Amino acid sequence: MKNEKNPPLDRIDGRMKVTGGAKYFADFAIPNMTYCVIVGSEIARGTVTNIDIKKAQGAPGVLGVFTHQNMPPIPGWDAPPSKQADGPPPKPDTEEKYRILSSPKILFDGQPIAMVVADTYERATYAASLVKATYSKQAARTDLDKHKKDEITPKGGDYARGNAKAFESAPVQLESEYTIPIEVHNPMELHGIVVHWTGADQLMIYAKTQGVNSTQQAMAQAFKLDPKNIHVHTEFMGGGFGMGLRTWPQETATVAIAKKVGRPVKLVMHRSQMFTTVGHRPYTAQSIQMGADKNGKLISIHHAATAETAKYEDFTEATVNMTKFMYDCPNVSTRYRLVRLDRSVPIWMRGPGEATGAFALESAMDEMAHKLNMDPIEFRIKNYTETDPEHNRPYSSKHLKEAYERGAEAIGWKERKNEPGVSKEDNWLAGYGMSTGVFNAFRWEASARVVLNADGSLVVQSAVTDIGPGTGTALTMIAHNVLDIPFDRIKVEYGDTSLPKAPSQGGSAIVSAVGSAVFDTCTKIKNELFELTTKAGAPLAGSKAADLSMENGNIFLSNSPSKKVAVTELLKTNNLPSIAQTADSKGSAEQEKYSMYSFSVHFVKVKVNALTGAVRVTKAVSVADSGRIISPKTAASQMIGGVTGGIGMALTEEAIIDHRFGRFVNNNLADYHVAVHADVPAIETIFIDKPDPIINPMGAKGMGEIALIGFSAAVANAVFNATGKRIRQLPITPDKVMQQVS
Amino acid sequence: MKSFTYQRVTTPVEAAAAIAAKPGAKFLAGGTNLLDLMKLQIETPTHLIDIGRIGLDKIEPTANGGVRIGALVTNTDLAADPLIRKDYGILSRALVAGASGQLRNKATTAGNLLQRTRCPYFYDTNQPCNKRVPGSGCAAIAGFSRQLAVIGSSDACIATYPGDMAVAMTALDATVETINPAGKTRQVPISQLYRLPGKTPHLETTLEKNELITSVVLPAPAGGTHIYHKVRDRASYAFALVSVAAILFKDGTGRIAVGGIAPKPWRVPGAESLLPSGAKPFSAKLMEGARPTKESEFKVNLVERTIALVLKEGKS
Repeated sequence: MKNEKNPPLDRIDGRMKVTGGAKYFADFAIPNMTYCVIVGSEIARGTVTNIDIKKAQGAPGVLGVFTHQNMPPIPGWDAPPSKQADGPPPKPDTEEKYRILSSPKILFDGQPIAMVVADTYERATYAASLVKATYSKQAARTDLDKHKKDEITPKGGDYARGNAKAFESAPVQLESEYTIPIEVHNPMELHGIVVHWTGADQLMIYAKTQGVNSTQQAMAQAFKLDPKNIHVHTEFMGGGFGMGLRTWPQETATVAIAKKVGRPVKLVMHRSQMFTTVGHRPYTAQSIQMGADKNGKLISIHHAATAETAKYEDFTEATVNMTKFMYDCPNVSTRYRLVRLDRSVPIWMRGPGEATGAFALESAMDEMAHKLNMDPIEFRIKNYTETDPEHNRPYSSKHLKEAYERGAEAIGWKERKNEPGVSKEDNWLAGYGMSTGVFNAFRWEASARVVLNADGSLVVQSAVTDIGPGTGTALTMIAHNVLDIPFDRIKVEYGDTSLPKAPSQGGSAIVSAVGSAVFDTCTKIKNELFELTTKAGAPLAGSKAADLSMENGNIFLSNSPSKKVAVTELLKTNNLPSIAQTADSKGSAEQEKYSMYSFSVHFVKVKVNALTGAVRVTKAVSVADSGRIISPKTAASQMIGGVTGGIGMALTEEAIIDHRFGRFVNNNLADYHVAVHADVPAIETIFIDKPDPIINPMGAKGMGEIALIGFSAAVANAVFNATGKRIRQLPITPDKVMQQVS
Repeated sequence: MKSFTYQRVTTPVEAAAAIAAKPGAKFLAGGTNLLDLMKLQIETPTHLIDIGRIGLDKIEPTANGGVRIGALVTNTDLAADPLIRKDYGILSRALVAGASGQLRNKATTAGNLLQRTRCPYFYDTNQPCNKRVPGSGCAAIAGFSRQLAVIGSSDACIATYPGDMAVAMTALDATVETINPAGKTRQVPISQLYRLPGKTPHLETTLEKNELITSVVLPAPAGGTHIYHKVRDRASYAFALVSVAAILFKDGTGRIAVGGIAPKPWRVPGAESLLPSGAKPFSAKLMEGARPTKESEFKVNLVERTIALVLKEGKS
């Protein structure tokens, strides 16, 4: 493995993606295909008292209308959950159980009450509109703020170190409350599944999943099938952001329906259904108490969060975790609660709970710096920690100080005035803000297969799905770095259960997990090649493997490069059509001695219109300290995507519920405001690019989550610097700013 | 979507005659609003008359120094027209402040005038809405009303007219030209095109049944400084919280129409004599009779602030 910076490699599937060559789940057309459309509940809580499906059944092209009265059974629903990373398993202690189309009971708005199958999508859609339900309605509890008293304490409990009363005597005190709204992933690609029973117990599935093995496992469990009989394919995904990390009930139902209908079935959900049945970032209310001495040394932090979940499932995330280890502070406590509402269950959304928590913690850090009349970076450096204070162990690597310095330089931090509300540019108020982000760096188990062909080309295989970050490109780079085979001779095959098992694409963990498996497998091949090169009668017989190098398809003596043999020649003389290796890869016990995290720093410059309250991000700089960067180009793209999501989180994104009905009022892409080009300035990405010596042989840590985590606080902090007003409720819309700024 | 029949016509007269012959028919132009509403079964025409090929796609000078804009001129073409950009700057600016490039390529001048509200309760067929189902009630008044009307509304409806183009046309004193199935033409000043909801919010315009808009006529250029300022929840592709179309003259006088706050582009000519005295007195007169909800109250303040911004910009 070369230990130097990697060259910028173009995304290997870029051309396919922009020319229509990449096939997404809904692109797969199977002869005799039928189309399924979901009818959702119009109430958020109650019972379906009657459901009239006669008209729908009689509509042109209709092949089946399935409700709780005639839904084919799903035999394995209540089997124990699998160990796959396919989302939080149903908790037995919840009040309700949600089993799709099995009961007239309504637990959330949009809950499927019927699934209609017809010979075309249009006919299925029309027939679905003919299904008429009557309900016995009950008052829905959907407003977390109103029902906080009903909080429950999820497993995991509270955290505390030091003196719980330290805050009371702290010379400088801050108490603030923050809320984030419901956010919906809203990837461009709609959710769904294509199901084809190719035999009585044989399934072919084209899914929109972040893990084909996870979907395979979930379906095997639901239908009591041998996983080997279930083939799942998801090579490309039009955005996941976490919503594809579990198999949703309507996907499982489609499998059951396809069996009943006896034809392949395609389900593509409506955009409005993406708000109610595939998870969301939960509404979360937080409070922070922070105490410091007058020199800016932190004395105490208490961070509490209360998040919504469903009545039928407890969804938890690591909202308060960052507070436990981010800063050098002796007295820290956290509290995390859930309120079970008449809502569908949330799911991880990019940066998951950490992004929610970082908004509060990093806003509070800015508020405290202001109270202390300190520069926010200086305040963070003052409370910098070189070891993890939560676990009392070193970080595997941490170059956050360098990240602060480089980001500050790039944004022009020295232009910032610490006094808020005093800088003006072209009649707008101007301000700078920054924040820190952090996320666990994982080393999950994964496997890979690599085949070196007689013509010198290489095939790298793993079941992992590329949800967009450029996994295939990164794996190409890793294979190239071990075997020095030219990039254009390396092919990566992925996103299919026929390939070696891999974890779901999530948690910023894939380069570390699958990348390590590819690294180990390629190393095995390299060792085999070196053995062939040095064995008796071989071209470099008698040489030691340690003295050999590879470059451009040749093996040579490192200190005498003219003594070489081509890989193709080696395979030919040994009469080998190919060399194939498989390896499983996982972390070592040694890693337990370290805390492994990726860090980021975000800097923004904003302008705020003092009259209308409009906020524009005019410059953004994000710095990632995530070990060695494997694929600089796709990593930068990922960072840009994270910042774009961060701008949406900070300024525009909010799924709004009318709590009288428990229903969304902006469940479409016109009214749910994802950031558009005009909201996003040029984004500068900076990588520290220093390998982590502990996590994996490449020294690479994840960076998908840290691209977003903390960003919203940087914007809120910049708005404060521009206006002197603190917005603690996201998103920072013009009305909120306008009503504070005179 | 419900099944419908489809017909293509080739002249305005044929179009007007065709619609009279088919009860339940609607004209189809760009389709950017109608087709979305049909998919949700908010609009359920039984027959569509495609008027995309009847001409009416020219922008031409009129004899008295103004300009006639064909009903089927696309928003993109209208915004880019050199004559419009030179003499009717607010119209061009209002157009590009609306929708997205793709939508503007399809959307037409007359279709844009007749686009329907974006009130979320109008869109949710599960909720009562007097505009969608007369007499069913209004879910918006006590609901999510942040983006809805603060003036000109009624106890039956607080929906806003959502567009930008008509706001500029209102400040420009445009006139709408129509033809009916009998071939009779007439002219309607844009200030009289939209009805206030009163007790009949489903009646949105003063157009007669089966009447077809053929063109919009702008009077001779008014001169002055043209400013269109739109405040919205994201920088592009969002409906206005408040938008201000202003034509301002050096002597402090001017004309101002406001979008995003009422069931029609909101202009009170009687208030405009107060413009030289500043944003505050003018806005107070303009917003006389405002009846915001708690959620939309900020808009009254935002109108004054946006006008203040525009007046400041006009002076610089």
